[in-house]
Amino acid sequence: MGPFLGLLRRDLRLGLRQGGDIGLVLGFFVLAVLLFPFGVGPEPELLGRIAAGIIWVAALLAAVLSLDRLFAADYADGSLDLLALSAAPLELAVLAKAAAHWLTTGLPLSLLSPVLAVFLDLDPAAMPVLVLGLVIGTPALSLLGAIAAALSLGARRPGMLVMLLMLPLYLPPLIFGTGAVEAALAAQGARPHLLLLGAVTLAALPLAPLATAAALRQALD
Amino acid sequence: MQSRFADSGELVAEDLGCRRGERLVFTGVDCRLAAGGALVLTGRNGSGKSSLLRLLATLLAPAAGRLWWRGAPVSGRLAEYHSALHYLGHLDAIKPLLTPRETLRFWAALRGTTAPGVDRGLAAFGLAEIADWPCRWLSSGQRRRLALARLIADPAPVWLLDEPAVGLDLDGEARLVAAIADHRAAGGRVAVATHQPLALPDAVTLALDDFAASPAAALADSW
Repeated sequence: MGPFLGLLRRDLRLGLRQGGDIGLVLGFFVLAVLLFPFGVGPEPELLGRIAAGIIWVAALLAAVLSLDRLFAADYADGSLDLLALSAAPLELAVLAKAAAHWLTTGLPLSLLSPVLAVFLDLDPAAMPVLVLGLVIGTPALSLLGAIAAALSLGARRPGMLVMLLMLPLYLPPLIFGTGAVEAALAAQGARPHLLLLGAVTLAALPLAPLATAAALRQALD
Repeated sequence: MQSRFADSGELVAEDLGCRRGERLVFTGVDCRLAAGGALVLTGRNGSGKSSLLRLLATLLAPAAGRLWWRGAPVSGRLAEYHSALHYLGHLDAIKPLLTPRETLRFWAALRGTTAPGVDRGLAAFGLAEIADWPCRWLSSGQRRRLALARLIADPAPVWLLDEPAVGLDLDGEARLVAAIADHRAAGGRVAVATHQPLALPDAVTLALDDFAASPAAALADSW
């Protein structure tokens, strides 16, 4: 576990020392959500109904925006060579980087979401389900996004490419995440949706590192 | 298939060929690195020195040929081989926001080393005084020294060094030569691609220009 923890610690340390980057992502998330009341109009009923969708879509976009740098810096400065030669398989290195990404974006986004939900007049009864859904679902965003980040290494416009590659893969978490909140609003029980969301994350946990490591090996060759 | 070198307990490359895109860079390279041995790669720009080092580090897949380590093919025991080698490319892999000390600890952790000789590595390349500066303050020569300090902080029997002396001053170059001499005296092996003459007694020179694939061969191969 030495290489895994070492890499996780380094990425967290870099993320915290580069605090601006985390701030930018969170700022984007907040602003994107707050634009909707202006665009849709201040109708509490309408906003409350689409609040979960707005927050989830903003979270997807914030994740994509921060993902294109996931491997780019390591690729450009030669660190990726050392990761490939480390004592642990490259798949484990991918897992460590995705975990660090989640801890610095997905988790803070999830914790911030109730505040935004209040702005959008979401029924307080659905609040716990929204946060729980984001906590369960955002790891899948980091994991799946790592695939696109690795595939886009060496591309001229990695940001756009990552977005195009990634957004279709983000549909299942989006559907189950918003579905859970809808169910809670209709007092139908959000459990099945949350379980499906958990299944997406659990499936991504082994599969995404495999695919990402394969893409990274391509990039190194 | 049995190698003619298989029992010699060395790092052996047999009949290596390298292709970059459509172009065959070199073919038929044989080389061997015994304990205490040194291999110097020479050749004009583009002759494949860096590619050969990346092949030896398994970062590139060879177009032809095999690698043997301690009498067995490398392909079946990659983890063991990786733990035995240090690869130093022309990029320094240094993060501007970490300190040299943190950087060395991280590199050692990647290789699974829990108690690296960080201070030894820093001292060997004269970095002790700046060990806790952020790396963004380092000059390019100091960054090179830090990259080299990894070799000392976390020993491994095989060093693959790509232009290790670039950016080093005379003192740095002397430290590098001393480090290589110590390493070889302790039974280590080193392969170096370099344009600067480094004092490496009894080193075997491999001139990659002699193995350049002819354009005709490249054409025939791509059909």
